[in-house]
Amino acid sequence: MTASLPALWDAGVLEALVAQSASLLTLDNFWLSALLKILLCTVMLMVVSLVGGYLEHKAMGHMQNRTGPMEAGPHGVLQLVADGIKFIQKEDIVPRAADPLVFAVAPGVALVPALLGFLVIPLGPGIWAEDLELGLFYALAIGSVGVLGILMGGWASANKFSLIGGIRAAAQLIAYELPLILAAAAVAIQAGSLSLVDIVESQATMNIFGTPVSMWFVFPQLLGFAIFVTAALAELSRPPFDMPIADSELVFGYMTEYTGIKFAMFLLTEYGGMVFMSALISVLYLGGWQPLPGIGLPGCEAAAGISDCGALGTVLGVGIMMAKIMALIFVMVWLRVAYPRLREDQLQKISWLVLIPLSLANIVVVAIGKVAL
Amino acid sequence: MSITTPTKAPFGVGLMKGLGVTLKHLFKKPTTQMYPHERPDLAPRTRGVIALFDENCTVCMLCARECPDWCIYIDSHKEKLPAQKEGGRERTRNALDRFAIDFALCMYCGICVEVCPFDALFWSPEFEYAEYEIGGMLHEMDRLREWADTVPPPPALDDGADSPAEVADAIAAKEKELDAAQAKTDEAAQADAAEEPAPTAKAKPAAKTGTNVADVHVEGAGEQIDQAVYDEQIAAGKSERMARAKAKAAWVRAQKKAKLAEQAEAEADGGDGGDGGDEPAADAGASAEAPPKQALADVHVEGAGEIDQAVYDEQIAAGKSERMARAKAKAAWVRAQKQKQLDDQDGGDP
Repeated sequence: MTASLPALWDAGVLEALVAQSASLLTLDNFWLSALLKILLCTVMLMVVSLVGGYLEHKAMGHMQNRTGPMEAGPHGVLQLVADGIKFIQKEDIVPRAADPLVFAVAPGVALVPALLGFLVIPLGPGIWAEDLELGLFYALAIGSVGVLGILMGGWASANKFSLIGGIRAAAQLIAYELPLILAAAAVAIQAGSLSLVDIVESQATMNIFGTPVSMWFVFPQLLGFAIFVTAALAELSRPPFDMPIADSELVFGYMTEYTGIKFAMFLLTEYGGMVFMSALISVLYLGGWQPLPGIGLPGCEAAAGISDCGALGTVLGVGIMMAKIMALIFVMVWLRVAYPRLREDQLQKISWLVLIPLSLANIVVVAIGKVAL
Repeated sequence: MSITTPTKAPFGVGLMKGLGVTLKHLFKKPTTQMYPHERPDLAPRTRGVIALFDENCTVCMLCARECPDWCIYIDSHKEKLPAQKEGGRERTRNALDRFAIDFALCMYCGICVEVCPFDALFWSPEFEYAEYEIGGMLHEMDRLREWADTVPPPPALDDGADSPAEVADAIAAKEKELDAAQAKTDEAAQADAAEEPAPTAKAKPAAKTGTNVADVHVEGAGEQIDQAVYDEQIAAGKSERMARAKAKAAWVRAQKKAKLAEQAEAEADGGDGGDGGDEPAADAGASAEAPPKQALADVHVEGAGEIDQAVYDEQIAAGKSERMARAKAKAAWVRAQKQKQLDDQDGGDP
């Protein structure tokens, strides 16, 4: 053990863990580079999430024969900005019986992992903060940390509704973490890498019987895709898997006692999580920044063009990735509007009796296919 | 005995249906009405606010007493009206000083509108009277009266329904007026006809004989009554109104009868004296075959009321009006009579 420690800190090991493909944001100036990467993650969390939130407001409104927000800005585009300003102005109430420190820290514990998750998401050719070799592992691991904040918030609120909400969130996470990871593992097996950039790239250059076939992983792994999307919805506590919040039963679950900016942080975590999960689904199953299966971006024809597609290719790639993220958020909203909330026992049954066996079978099939083809 | 259960759709069909419904609604036009920016699409008889038509209010207080919320405030004072007839006594009545509804208390049950016997309270579709303070919801008479102008007119009556009493009276009065004017012009036309015997003039007096009493117009029917009938009705214990109506009807009947008699006389004169003029064009053929006109004109025929039934039937069959047919038939009868008399004379002379 003591012998291995220096080895972990060895520069060579770190090199192997980090920087598979160079990011366009990695510059000679370390601080400028770091600033750009922080900016990327922050923009993903603060801006793209708000766009997703606006999409949810509008799509949900129209599906319910309403118009959604209309007053703040043209067609209500600034509604979430107005909401943010309102949240900041609100009184920060801490219940007398609450554990003040844990109560205050919990929203941050939930929010920071959502922010960190964007570190490994490749948004376009060369547009990623870090390309970790264990990118997929990192993404799934960091996504699971968020529930700790939820559990802390539920426990520290000293409120029965909050506590039950927090416990439900923990139970749900444990149940759905497994199918999520098992479905993602099948993708990693097929791609032969845990690096998200490699996974995107491998969807363009797949070999079947030695013939290069460009194929998004959604086609060979339709089952895995369905499992991953379902489990992702449950991970995010999105309807119809929103038992931790369950307005009609638990007031507002673990958020019941939260007000003002802390409440806003929890909300931002939810929308950031939606963007993060949508991005992850796009990368794993929908070919990342590729416009269509088999069709690359202009400027990326060169084999080494992963991180260098020229200005047009890069911008187009980021645009396509954003379109995919928004389309997936729309699907999440669509499911939310269409389906009622599941019962807690139904939720657990779906995970343990349906999704986990299916995802195991999926891994077996993919592994056999990977070896055979 | 077996209980039939609904056939279960295969897994996923219901889920897809749910998605289909929400997607369909995504592309439908939202029902939202952008209210402060555009007027809401309300039903025309929306019960927005209670309006007061204070001209109709008699301060009977029924609304205030029926109001379950006691939100209607009415103040009034008594005032004396001078006697309507000389020597009569003064009358008192209540004059409305204040009528206010506290819409902060009102629960919009509409009982006051229902109970008002004088059509002084109405539902108005106005709804924009929100206030920043609760005291501002107490609205006084002037504001309530303004709202009365926004009340939509009552819905149209069903086909064949009786007109409301007020409207029927108004229509009757107007009709009387028009009838009087018509009668005047008729008389004038008759006078003209008597002066210059035009070809068409002959048919007119003849037609008059065909008319019945109902068609005769009498002037001044509004004021005069048959006093004898009136007294008789009163003596019989009928109400003043009934007696007046009967007496009036009797007077009108009498007037019409008198007029008819006059007309008949005038016609008889015309038939005797003026018949020697021109024959109607339609009778030209018959006239040509007839003996010299000079002789025919001089012949007097008695019993001018009779008609030639054959000609009458023929005219009716030809689709002519009853009046026209009667006139022709009568003319034909008169001609025939005259011819007969002439023949008799001729036969007697040689």
